[in-house]
Amino acid sequence: MTQQLPQHTQALQLSRRRFVQGLAAGGVLAAAPAWLQAAINSNTDLGTAPVLSGREIDLVVAETPVNFTGVTRMATTINGSIPSPTLRLREGDEVIIRVTNRLPIATSIHWHGILLPYQMDGVPGISFKGIPPGETFTYRFTLRQSGTYWYHSHSGFQEMTGMYGALIIEPRQGERIKADRDLVVQLSDWTDEDPMHAFSKLKMQSDIYNFNQPTFFEFTKDVSTMGLQAALEKRQMWNRMRMNPTDLSDLSAATMTFLMNGTTPAGNWNGIFKRGESIRLRFINASSNSFFDVRIPGLKLTVVQADGQDVEPVAVDEFRFGPGETYDALVEPEEDAYSIFAQSIDRSGYARGTLALQQGLSAPLPALDPVEWLTMADMMGTMGQGGMAQVGMDHAAMGHNAMKDMKGMNSSGMAGMMGSMSQGGMDHSQHGAMAMDHSKHSMQNATQNPLIKPSTTVKHARTEYGASVDMRVDMPSTRLDDPGIGLRNNGRRVLTLADLKSIDGVLDDHRPPTKELELHLTGNMERYSWSFDGLEFGKSSPVSLRQGERVRIILQNDTMMTHPMHLHGMWSELETDQGELRVRRHTIPVQPAQRISFLTTPHDLGRWAWHCHLLFHMDAGMFREVVVS
Amino acid sequence: MKTKHMQQLISSVLAVSVFHAPVLLAEMDSKPMSHEMGQMQGGSAPDNARDPHAYSDGYTLTEGPYAQSGPRQLKLADEHAFWAVLGDRLEYYEDSDSGIFDLQAWYGTTYDRFVVKAEGDFDDKRLEESQTDLLWGHALSAYFDVQLGLRLDQYDEGRDRQWLALGIQGLAPYWFELDITAYVGDSGRTALTVEAEYELLLSQKLILQPRSEFTLYGKEDLKNGLGSGFSDFSLGLRLRYEFTRQFAPYLGVEWFETYDDTANYRQAAGQDRSDTQLVAGLKFLF
Repeated sequence: MTQQLPQHTQALQLSRRRFVQGLAAGGVLAAAPAWLQAAINSNTDLGTAPVLSGREIDLVVAETPVNFTGVTRMATTINGSIPSPTLRLREGDEVIIRVTNRLPIATSIHWHGILLPYQMDGVPGISFKGIPPGETFTYRFTLRQSGTYWYHSHSGFQEMTGMYGALIIEPRQGERIKADRDLVVQLSDWTDEDPMHAFSKLKMQSDIYNFNQPTFFEFTKDVSTMGLQAALEKRQMWNRMRMNPTDLSDLSAATMTFLMNGTTPAGNWNGIFKRGESIRLRFINASSNSFFDVRIPGLKLTVVQADGQDVEPVAVDEFRFGPGETYDALVEPEEDAYSIFAQSIDRSGYARGTLALQQGLSAPLPALDPVEWLTMADMMGTMGQGGMAQVGMDHAAMGHNAMKDMKGMNSSGMAGMMGSMSQGGMDHSQHGAMAMDHSKHSMQNATQNPLIKPSTTVKHARTEYGASVDMRVDMPSTRLDDPGIGLRNNGRRVLTLADLKSIDGVLDDHRPPTKELELHLTGNMERYSWSFDGLEFGKSSPVSLRQGERVRIILQNDTMMTHPMHLHGMWSELETDQGELRVRRHTIPVQPAQRISFLTTPHDLGRWAWHCHLLFHMDAGMFREVVVS
Repeated sequence: MKTKHMQQLISSVLAVSVFHAPVLLAEMDSKPMSHEMGQMQGGSAPDNARDPHAYSDGYTLTEGPYAQSGPRQLKLADEHAFWAVLGDRLEYYEDSDSGIFDLQAWYGTTYDRFVVKAEGDFDDKRLEESQTDLLWGHALSAYFDVQLGLRLDQYDEGRDRQWLALGIQGLAPYWFELDITAYVGDSGRTALTVEAEYELLLSQKLILQPRSEFTLYGKEDLKNGLGSGFSDFSLGLRLRYEFTRQFAPYLGVEWFETYDDTANYRQAAGQDRSDTQLVAGLKFLF
């Protein structure tokens, strides 16, 4: 998996600002070599990926020098650009995509979220053997869906060094979503370090990139504001458990420069519109390891698609998404310029761009939000919420007992807990009401089919009791209406999973599941190891599913980080804790101490990958194979 | 003499008990936070714990329908070996124009590692004495490794010694870095070293590190000037500035005290039985 990047180093002393903001004109350095010109249809302006369309497409993977921060590095690119060319294809077409590898090592391309024969899925070692150096692999498949997707390398850390592009499939019947303008906003992250070196540094010291750690003077400040005992109590649980309350992202802006359409914050990507136009923004999180919180101050974002699938429109101020997820949003700008602001989940940096009437305009840029400590709810689920949240009755008693022990709970933790309860506010009660309506229905059925609703009984795997797992959650909560740490109570309307509802017709399989699988997302931050059920990929066995069966998969997050879980080859159809189908996704973010469930119907035979799309978590072993037979 | 016997007894008991320390610490590690709250860390799996292979229908990564032919191609970082060199202390004592080094290196996977610990004193650019542990480290729990191997002592003036080593190293609750090792040498020699470190972040880059270490010997070693029982204790406070997380110079103060026969031997050799010194040094990681 190791990819050694040639170290074309120009030894430059970088200011911190330049490192985080990048170069204004940062990006791909070399003009595409002559042999590539034919493959590129349009020019490679900064931040404008070339667009390729049609039924036959040629892609060439090669090393290309880039300079985002003042230091020249080698990137792996497709057709010489970062992002890779935007592919505009049409639903129903059979496409032929020839991928030529001009790297000295093997490569691959995975079509993220696309249903296709498993041999075309592009995961070396699972779908095929990969594309050896100098060879061309021909992908051939028929597009059975439409919407916004993306594609990327599934070999080593090539995705992290530049191999990602937008994949847009136009609906056969014409666009249902009407907009005057269509812009791709692709977010990513870039590091000048060799990714394997960055990974090995995390292996040595897992908080090596975290510069928001609790300090002594924060403690003395808390002592003066809340008193010694409360200040100690605020820290007690974290310190006892050896958990870091600011462990929000493994790789921060200490090494990452965040990009919007391949453009650094200093470069300020411009999306140009005409006055009065409505714009469809296709947001793609193509980053390797970064969750982004995206907003456009002054504009409501009407989310109309999630992971390429139409959802009932919902107007929000902000949304969070992790690597692999996509959201389409409509905006109707009235002013001359707006900032698109995407801060990283750990608040160490941001990607930004500007929607403007003409090049060169800019709008005020908001400040980064303060870093929030994870709350007890993030660590312990319902228990952290004082046993008061929306969990099963069978847990209420335990939750009550847990309350007694919550004396040790800090006031800030409480604020967090209360925050997470009150933030839901309206949404939560709506959700509750919905659940109640539903509960009559499902309670009648429950006696007939226990699989009508997802089970709430936590079952840890026996392999979760070893050195690979640093914590287990006994009382998780589903809380689909929780926007997550750093977004609760921020005064803005933030999209949550509970807001997403596929429009009629998107979810077409309404059979109840015939079986239920429970898997836990696990890890050990100190050792920097990530896994399912405490078993890293190399020790795991595949999950076996039968073609056409309706299956429920429960994912419980026994870690303190949010994991965007991407299942290849089939949809992940998210349901509520009452078993009500909500939204079809290909990548589902699972928050700390959260227990969510989705249904799937595998149609395509073969072996498929299933993994956390934080690239380092995937590579550390939070990866399973799924066999459909 | 009576106290000496007492010390021998105490150190023997300690030396023996440290062999149980892995078990004790693992237990401490896994103690429930409270009865009501269940157990979020460590512990052992209940009988009805879920089988992590229950969904496989007997298929494996290389066998079953649609498996790629040949040996398994996809190997992730969990099957890779990594390495690290941690220079904990590389420091110079101005008063005595001498210095010490304290390095640790490892090579291996997440759960099994070859570990080298090297510690020594130099004076006038000459190695006075050193202690090198060559260990196999195996993960015992989420936060602790058990380490088994050899220790090689080298003395410029004295006699070199070899020991069998068994210890534990890891992160205890409340963020204490612990390294406890028991040693058994020839002629019934035993020893026990205990090291503890803590990091206090004054800022993201300015870090105060208290550090303590003590050594016990089960048997006196005249050749090397070591008495039996509680031999030495040191306490240091180092303030480092992390220019990067991998490169951090520091200033500090180190106090040490020797006890009983060890102290007497030192005095006889014209050395101080205790001392407080200012130190300057470097901590690094690569």
